[in-house]
Amino acid sequence: MKDISEDIAWAKINTDVLKSLENPRKLYWVILLIAIAMVGVAAGCEVYQYNTGMGVSNKNNTHVWGLYIATFIFWIGMSHSGTLLSAILHLMHADWRKPIYRFAEAMTTFSLMTAGLFVAVHLGRVWQIYYALPYPNGRQVWPNFQSPLLWDAMAIFTYLSSSILFLYVGMIPDLAICRDHLHPGWRKTLYTALSLGWEGTDRQWRNFRVTYLTIACFLIPLAVSVHSIVASDFAMSQQPGWHITSFPPYFVAGALYSGCAAIITLFIILRYVFKFEEYMTLPILKKIVRLTFAIAMVWTYLNLIEYASVWYGHDQASKDVLIQKATGVYAPFWWMMNFCGSIVPLILFFKRFQTHIPVLFAVSLLLNMGMWLERWMIVAPTFSHGYYPWTWDHDQWPSLVQWGMVFGSFGWFTLLFMVFCKVFPSVSMYEVKEMVYHRSQATKKLEVTGNLAAAGKGAH
Amino acid sequence: MSVSNLLENWSDFRHTHPVDDVPHNPYKWAMSIDLDACSGCNACSVACYAENNLPVVGKDKYAHGYAMHWMRIERYWDEDGRDFPDQGAQFLPMMCQQCEAAPCETVCPVGATNHTPDGINSQIYNRCIGSRYCEANCPYKVRYFNWYDYPTTDNVWPAEMNQQLNPDVTVRGKGVMEKCTFCIQRVTVAKNNAKNEGRLVHDGEVWTACQQACPTGAITFGNLVDPESKVHKQWQAQQVELAKDAQTKDKEEGGSELRGYRIFEELRPYPSVMYLERVRESAV
Repeated sequence: MKDISEDIAWAKINTDVLKSLENPRKLYWVILLIAIAMVGVAAGCEVYQYNTGMGVSNKNNTHVWGLYIATFIFWIGMSHSGTLLSAILHLMHADWRKPIYRFAEAMTTFSLMTAGLFVAVHLGRVWQIYYALPYPNGRQVWPNFQSPLLWDAMAIFTYLSSSILFLYVGMIPDLAICRDHLHPGWRKTLYTALSLGWEGTDRQWRNFRVTYLTIACFLIPLAVSVHSIVASDFAMSQQPGWHITSFPPYFVAGALYSGCAAIITLFIILRYVFKFEEYMTLPILKKIVRLTFAIAMVWTYLNLIEYASVWYGHDQASKDVLIQKATGVYAPFWWMMNFCGSIVPLILFFKRFQTHIPVLFAVSLLLNMGMWLERWMIVAPTFSHGYYPWTWDHDQWPSLVQWGMVFGSFGWFTLLFMVFCKVFPSVSMYEVKEMVYHRSQATKKLEVTGNLAAAGKGAH
Repeated sequence: MSVSNLLENWSDFRHTHPVDDVPHNPYKWAMSIDLDACSGCNACSVACYAENNLPVVGKDKYAHGYAMHWMRIERYWDEDGRDFPDQGAQFLPMMCQQCEAAPCETVCPVGATNHTPDGINSQIYNRCIGSRYCEANCPYKVRYFNWYDYPTTDNVWPAEMNQQLNPDVTVRGKGVMEKCTFCIQRVTVAKNNAKNEGRLVHDGEVWTACQQACPTGAITFGNLVDPESKVHKQWQAQQVELAKDAQTKDKEEGGSELRGYRIFEELRPYPSVMYLERVRESAV
């Protein structure tokens, strides 16, 4: 089956995509309202926590980290899929990425913005957050460059600014199309400013290609490094269950995994809400599903490696943490994580389900739940069964404030994402045109060679 | 770690002991605690509350794990089949071990916790942003976080009790980490006095609050650099050295009579507190 039909007229691509800026289905507004309500919940929780103190999140002096850090890692992980689709697959000339990379790239940017908020929410004194930045000051006080948290801050800021740049640069030709097709108004002014006078001349295209490729090449190592650095928050520490060498690749695999699962979810939603059936086709969905399956298996492998290296490592404390995960208070979540992360993706192995939308929707959500649990299972059990025996009888359960913040973060992400899709073209028009063009060229070629073959056969 | 260390002899990094890097001179504050003398009476803990303006969080918050006891007495029940009140227990006073290679120091993003030249792991409240990474990485879990704004909370220091707050020590607002400082305010006073008089602090001039309150005299505090100090003599007699990362004591019956050990030496934080208690095979 072909990824996209070869006879879509270019003008039709324009109108179809521009329509998404005008009249989405009613469901769009429903989603938007729900998202705003969810953000409201989180904002309420944060105001309460800010005024009262971190104690309302129900951590304590031995369990100092909780859902905030776990969800922070989750959102950072989510941001990797965009780079995978837009940068890595761009370099590999995988054409099928073209109709979907734009929203994946937007996902990257917005999930990073969500993750950044969790750093702030987690801090005891969020009003002093700028201390963690190496800003020039009269006393020459610098942050501690040895701390993995500082590396985090730098990696995330770099990644965020580069991915915003990448998203924007890739959008310039499309913004020009928007500028040319819209009636005067604030949006036209916005597009005029953002499209930087794009005319589509040869010289502009040439420069555009080089710029886009350069940023893509710049972004790939960043994507790998950013999650490795998040992993080193744990791997660089001394605690049992955290001090594991395989963490950086394990985190990166987990990141790509949850990102791909999220792409499937959003693919299904966008396809319906903005009526993109013709561009976000089932063959493309099938390709992402296969990619997700492959990454799921890599993740499973690395996960098993982690267990095995702890088990055979003769470090009793780490071993105890692992045993505690499988049998202690966190056992239901730990088993759930293994089930969602390693067993559920096996459904994707069957061809029948690779394009079955309801099943895929459910599976993609389950996969992401598994990945969220994975982050929680990395962070929390070490606190309840660390080195020091005195801390072992302290049980702790996250309060509703913590859960509310986690809940609200999904609303915040959805809000940003949905607003983006309504204001900017979420399908790349110029690349879809390219794709359709290549497709039609290939068909023509096939027809010609086919005719020749037929002719040859006749002459024989 | 310097750049030259990275480029030239990176493989030597971590083979040098942190205490050899910059030798402590003329002070290295250290402690020894005789567990055989400790009766678990909690006087040290109470003295610490009074001296260091520790907030009294109340029953509920205590049960919740919010207690701010910089000095805590841990109780480990004997498991020999006997029930309370016949059941025996072991006590362990635990406070910040003032590690020489402190796991908390490297991970703080803003450098709010640092090492002083006289070997104390200091905490800068004004600089702390409350990421709690230090506590996450502390093997002893001896750091305490201000989960609420205790100075403005009711009944932390009920009326008139706030009159007993120590003016030499600040009260901490919400969102900062705090921990045992080896009563640095007393150390500073003694050092200043000695400096004014053109001499060094002599042994017994500084007493920490817990040491002062201990009825059995289980706690000794002093300058490890001074060969005449009691703490130095104790460390030496027990063959405990600051720069060692594992000090094998004979655990067998009829072995050596040495009792000195430091907790989690094998993690190599090089703690500055020595405990005195026979390490028994049955307890390991």
